[in-house]
Amino acid sequence: MKHLLFAGTTIALLTATAASWAAMDPIATRQAVMKDNGAAIGTLAKMAKGEMDFDATAANLSVRVLYSGAAGFTSLFPAGSETGGETEASPKIWEDMAGFEAKNDDLLNAAASIKATPIADLDGVKAALGALGKTCQSCHEAYRIKKN
Amino acid sequence: MLKRVLIVLIALALIGAGAFWLVTMPRPLTAADLPDHQPDLENGRYMFFAGGCASCHATSGGDDPFHLGGGLELKSPFGSFYAPNISPDPEDGIGGWSTLDFVNAMQKGLSPELENYYPSFPYTSYQRMRPQDVIDLKGFLDTLDPVTSSVPDHALPFPFNIRRTLGGWKLLFLDGKQFEPDPDLTDEINRGGYLVTGPGHCAECHTPRDMLGGLERSEWLVGGPNPEGEGRVPGIAAADLDDWSQGDLAYALESGFTPTFDSLGGSMAAVIRNTSQLTAEDRNAIAAYLKSAQAQETLR
Repeated sequence: MKHLLFAGTTIALLTATAASWAAMDPIATRQAVMKDNGAAIGTLAKMAKGEMDFDATAANLSVRVLYSGAAGFTSLFPAGSETGGETEASPKIWEDMAGFEAKNDDLLNAAASIKATPIADLDGVKAALGALGKTCQSCHEAYRIKKN
Repeated sequence: MLKRVLIVLIALALIGAGAFWLVTMPRPLTAADLPDHQPDLENGRYMFFAGGCASCHATSGGDDPFHLGGGLELKSPFGSFYAPNISPDPEDGIGGWSTLDFVNAMQKGLSPELENYYPSFPYTSYQRMRPQDVIDLKGFLDTLDPVTSSVPDHALPFPFNIRRTLGGWKLLFLDGKQFEPDPDLTDEINRGGYLVTGPGHCAECHTPRDMLGGLERSEWLVGGPNPEGEGRVPGIAAADLDDWSQGDLAYALESGFTPTFDSLGGSMAAVIRNTSQLTAEDRNAIAAYLKSAQAQETLR
């Protein structure tokens, strides 16, 4: 049952993301990707905190969500998408696209290496959460501006 | 007649200058004000993280919190401040300082030459600290590696570049009070209140400032526009945290994740690097204080 619920939520989120991709709305799409990322990292965090039972399938699916979210993510910041749609993207992204891409690669690489050696136990969840979470924080530190 | 007017004018100018001199006079502590205390280096290291020293004073651009060459630019509506070197280097850092010099800097905002520091250095919060904790911190800083660095002077327009005027600012905004626990509150909330109001200096960003740059203490922790530029500093007063449990707050201070698993960014990322080093008890205590509207009335 919990499996179904998780899979259902994930699919619903990914569908929303795919819909905004299709609509060619980069701001809405990157915001949707970030929501997917939040749900995925949240699954790992809840397992790590003991609020959710360890589940290898769900954990590894979360890593895949983060991996696909990061793949091509920086292409969602084309010129002209600096403002609007309640974006919290910092102008620094466009001033230093290479730096921004490097931060995104950190997430991509961290997720890729976990994908290569899938999570098998709770310690694996904690290690993955640490490695992935660090990349969230470091990119938000430099390239995200909270508006509310 | 003209001579008399001149005399009156000169007299007024002298009175004015005298008043300015009195109002802006530095008021340092003396050796007799310090407790007799041997530095506890372990607690000093802990206070280094509780106080977030590295967030501003770590060598700009580096990622070693103990390499304290400074250089970070802090933008403000008054101009740009550059965080100084606080490594034990005797030339570029604070290696030559006595314990009294250090306590005067942290709690009175005064340099060893009794010049005023700008409140970009949050001594309005650090004045709440127990002097023992400040002395421990000094002991710990003395154990770190000296760093040579040249940090730019603050870039401030007139009249903000006159340090003497800060003496008047301090009369308004530096109340000289140390933290006093509230007996009506639990030990946990009091400990959290100490960490938030003292070393943690949370209010320095999360409480709005008035036109003179002083904290609007009547709007404690309600957040506001980011003085460093774009965006907003979120409110963290109890009323702003209905969607956060005490556990959520403690977890955010540990991991940087919000209840919706957004990852805190901006300058809060550096804060999380510090709070993640605290004990779980202290993170819970900070969270308990933040959830208590009653505590925020008396402890600020």
